[in-house]
Amino acid sequence: MTNSKAIELIKDDLWKNNPVTVQILGICSTLAVTNIFLNTLMLGLGLTFVTAFSSLTISLLRNVIPTRVRMMVQTLVIASFVVIVDIVLKAYVPNISKALGPYVGLIITNCIIMGRLEAFASSNKPSMAFLDGIMSGIGYSYVILVIAFFRELLGFGTILGIQVMDPLMKGLGYSDGWIQWAFMIMAPGGFFMLAIFIWIANNIIMVKKS
Amino acid sequence: METLSPWVIFFAAIFTGNILLVYFLGMCSFLSVSSQVKTSLGLGLAVTFVLTITSALNYIVFYYILEPLGIEYLRYIAFIIVIASAVQLLEMIIERFSEVLYLNLGIFLPLITVNCAILGVSLFMVIRKYTFIQSVLFGAGSGLGWMLAILAMAGIRQRINEERIPPALRGPGIALIISGIMAMAFIGFSGMVQIQ
Repeated sequence: MTNSKAIELIKDDLWKNNPVTVQILGICSTLAVTNIFLNTLMLGLGLTFVTAFSSLTISLLRNVIPTRVRMMVQTLVIASFVVIVDIVLKAYVPNISKALGPYVGLIITNCIIMGRLEAFASSNKPSMAFLDGIMSGIGYSYVILVIAFFRELLGFGTILGIQVMDPLMKGLGYSDGWIQWAFMIMAPGGFFMLAIFIWIANNIIMVKKS
Repeated sequence: METLSPWVIFFAAIFTGNILLVYFLGMCSFLSVSSQVKTSLGLGLAVTFVLTITSALNYIVFYYILEPLGIEYLRYIAFIIVIASAVQLLEMIIERFSEVLYLNLGIFLPLITVNCAILGVSLFMVIRKYTFIQSVLFGAGSGLGWMLAILAMAGIRQRINEERIPPALRGPGIALIISGIMAMAFIGFSGMVQIQ
């Protein structure tokens, strides 16, 4: 593994080929939990773990798996790691596990993981595949964390569960304090926030190109 | 949940708890396929079909195999196997019996295995403790709701292609904004029935 190749890979996963903004993958299971930052963080960590280790596993097995059944093998590998994540979350953070509900299980059908396995892990060395898994996971997590941060801030007026907007508004002389923007917590808020994020990211890419 | 009429769940799954616009499931294929009404209709029908069948199958697998054995935590693996094999089986049956149907629906079937809506419905069914009839109607309703959303989206997208959109918003960006507005419209239904 050469260093320059690794750096190129990291750049690619984090920005140039970001799974969410550029490839529009894996938004299915995630917009739903991005109204609370902490839940999103847990989901992001879980997803990074699953992507990294299933990439590693598939890469190690890449010469053994028959091509015809490879999708099935990949899905089963992913599902096994998701079971681990689910059990760990249930044991250590039961509240968050409950709030995430079915969305932990839905990591399995998150297209990012399958996409990385298919496009990268099945034809590269284990070390690179592992790095790629981690970086794709982070590339995905930071986008949803940014969205979650703003949705929580505007929706509940909190950062990590600590009320910040209320004192701020009172300090500015509004006696009612912060009125929760319920729209942000509900589904449309998620759609709009992601659209805005993609808009900004695309703009930056376009300005750079020209 | 046993007291709730299955039909209430059916309609709630279409409107107030739309699997796509409220729970964000099935977004991937929603964004990539929704550019034409005809293909959207095909995919929508395939999803509805598969959802109805897999929610029934997964119900049986969960309550008659996994639960008696005390291995509920293996449900993700079990469900995904059931879904993958059901889709494969359907593809073979359709190919065998109807060429027209295969040409219209068959090409979408492989896509469906990784559609989050299918697995999502099975997981919701377990979490909300639905009965068998409720599960099947929940599956069918979710599929129809998904189809409704993707059809509306395809119609809007066909029109909007001719409009002048900021270049950075083209494609997925504008699609997400449209979905947001559609989701707002669907919130309007929430006064009718409410399921959680």
